[in-house]
Amino acid sequence: MNKARTQLMICGGTGCHSTGSVKVMDALNEEIKKQGLSDEVKVIETGCNGFCAVGPVMLVQPEGIFYQKLKVEHIPELVEEHFLKGRPVKKHFYVEPASKETIPEMDEIPFFSNQLCWVMRNKGIIDPTKIDEYIARDGYFGAAKALNEMEPENIVEEMLTSGMRGRGGAGFPTGMKWKFAANSVNDTKYVLCNADEGDPGAFMDRSILEADPHAVIEGMVIAAKAINATKGYVYCRSEYPLAIERLEIALKQARDYGLLGDDILESGFSFDIEIYQGAGAFVCGEETALMRSIEGKRGMPRPRPPFPAVKGLWNKPTILNNVETFANVPQIMINGGSWYASVGTENSKGTKVFALSGDVCNIGLVEVPMGTPLRKIIYDIGGGIPNKRKFKAVQLGGPSGGCVPEEYIDTVVDYEELQKVGAIMGSGGAIVMDDRTCMVDMARFFMEFVQDESCGKCTPCREGTRRLLEILEKICDGKGEEGDIEKLEKLSTVIKEASLCGLGQTAPNPVLSTLQYFRHEYEAHIKEKKCHAKVCTGLLEFYVNPELCKKCGLCYKACPSDAITWKKKEVAVIDREKCIECKNCFDKCKFNSIF
Amino acid sequence: MMLDAHPTHPDIDFEMWGKLNDVIIEHHDSPGAVIPVLRLCQDIVGYLPVELIDYIARGLNLPRSQVFGVATFYSFFSLEPKGRHNIKVCTGTACYVKGIQSVVDTVSRTYDVEEEGTTEDRRFSLSAIRCLGACGLAPVVVVNEDIYGDVKADEIIEIVEKYE
Repeated sequence: MNKARTQLMICGGTGCHSTGSVKVMDALNEEIKKQGLSDEVKVIETGCNGFCAVGPVMLVQPEGIFYQKLKVEHIPELVEEHFLKGRPVKKHFYVEPASKETIPEMDEIPFFSNQLCWVMRNKGIIDPTKIDEYIARDGYFGAAKALNEMEPENIVEEMLTSGMRGRGGAGFPTGMKWKFAANSVNDTKYVLCNADEGDPGAFMDRSILEADPHAVIEGMVIAAKAINATKGYVYCRSEYPLAIERLEIALKQARDYGLLGDDILESGFSFDIEIYQGAGAFVCGEETALMRSIEGKRGMPRPRPPFPAVKGLWNKPTILNNVETFANVPQIMINGGSWYASVGTENSKGTKVFALSGDVCNIGLVEVPMGTPLRKIIYDIGGGIPNKRKFKAVQLGGPSGGCVPEEYIDTVVDYEELQKVGAIMGSGGAIVMDDRTCMVDMARFFMEFVQDESCGKCTPCREGTRRLLEILEKICDGKGEEGDIEKLEKLSTVIKEASLCGLGQTAPNPVLSTLQYFRHEYEAHIKEKKCHAKVCTGLLEFYVNPELCKKCGLCYKACPSDAITWKKKEVAVIDREKCIECKNCFDKCKFNSIF
Repeated sequence: MMLDAHPTHPDIDFEMWGKLNDVIIEHHDSPGAVIPVLRLCQDIVGYLPVELIDYIARGLNLPRSQVFGVATFYSFFSLEPKGRHNIKVCTGTACYVKGIQSVVDTVSRTYDVEEEGTTEDRRFSLSAIRCLGACGLAPVVVVNEDIYGDVKADEIIEIVEKYE
């Protein structure tokens, strides 16, 4: 490889791909050639950088300068100024939303500097399609150690010492899971990786697979050695084509290098991995349902015990861990369990990756040590709430989780602490909501999701979530009655206690947690027939306040049903008969004159 | 292995039947092959007509009920024909918080098409998907393979009109 003086690490994650990173990369290559810099400047496509909101992003190495929101038309000037004349182009630097300060270097940007990247240590640094680059970053050293120097018991012991808990959401100690499976006697065992990241608003597993697929493969090889498995599957959702593509490349390279397949690293140990594509069912994130799905059946959970560690896929002992869990394993093998356990709280060790999104300035992937307060994630890393709006709540854990309101925003990231405030760690989705979000509507949204995704096997989940949804729809429609809140509470308790699997047992959580902190909103919907966040259209009547109207006509142009009459220099008027309550006018009005 | 004579179907031509047979024969002996086979067959035909599901069941030597059960369980499979262009709206939490619902409503209203439905002229299908994992771009709409981020209700029609 010839050495280039400058390397341009351009993000090739799904987020940046869709904002045009491929075209930007082509333009960069072309321009570099044109300026005669081909030997000095190299363009490298990396995995997801994590800062999706300002994509396409590019890091200039070794200077560490970070460019954001690049477009094809910016490239000629950028290449000439920065790479020919040595003058970095300020207008494409990151601007801190609060202080409006421009920050050229990636390490100085609070979004990055407040993170601790263990799982994502290779993001944006290596080309995920090149195994050599992974190996150069100590890749497969953990597997080599585990395979050649360690006995299965030592691997399990190291995992137990690390205190690592499953990152899929439930937080079961990984070492324990492996120990159970290792103790099951059988000549065929399986290692499964759950990449069926179904929680809406969670995308860390996708990014890990896109940015560092070998870390997951290596983790699975180590797990296989620990329990003596011969075959593994990565169950990946079909919505992630890029992750699947990168994983396929990585698997082939690992086989070519003798890091997968027969007699890995001449240790006498054999193990291979296959990708299994999901077909769109949220419930398949549940372990027994996922196994059914690989067997080619409807993905329906079954009661446990027997646990998968005893009877799993094809009735053989099986372990299932999440992508992020496996990605942690190689580092634990290299540095030891006590190194891992040195970071975190008493019962939650290591780091956790969150997918920060919603009403927050810096949307993207964030990895923080356990014990970090939510406030730091949202304000210091996330840059706070855009447009000077007010923080209302952060939703953690997707449809199984709950909302954390402002008063508990200093809660730290820890499995138990989050549970105490009615949320869960979950897989890591963190959706920030500002004061324009209606919490009753949010509960309805999640209930619609779980109701749609309930597999239908057990009655409490199938029928119970349907009834919960009906009550919530009624309330949002302005037809709520006295006693509805109590009905919601009673039904929720029954569903939690009587459902078969994790989906049903946690399905009422969004309702219960919003009731806990935002009961007054439910009451306002039912008693006053008001939705203060102005979301539930059934409770809104649209009219223009003549005192606030600036006569701009934006609402008139936005109305799809000709319900608004407006002439230049006149106040707009809404015809209620024609109004279809689409809210377009409300969203468009810049002067808050429409109610 | 021998396959039965295939039925006739207006949406499946001779060449497609050839490809379908290849898929079924290739997976005939592998356990748990139903989902991959259905996926590959749907890629060939565009959807899974009931006659095809029966044919696959015979080819894989499985009860029809099992194959039909799998095909109807997973949202990836469609038993109805799809439009020429597939409009997929992300209804994940981040997109919802950022206002995807009014985008969906605008499309439904303009083309008179329900969620998971297809327009009469088979120009568009509208489907809601559960989080693309591109929350940084919310709200997200995908038309065929093209991803559009930060889509507003009053921009969506202009976007989809490009697809004849």
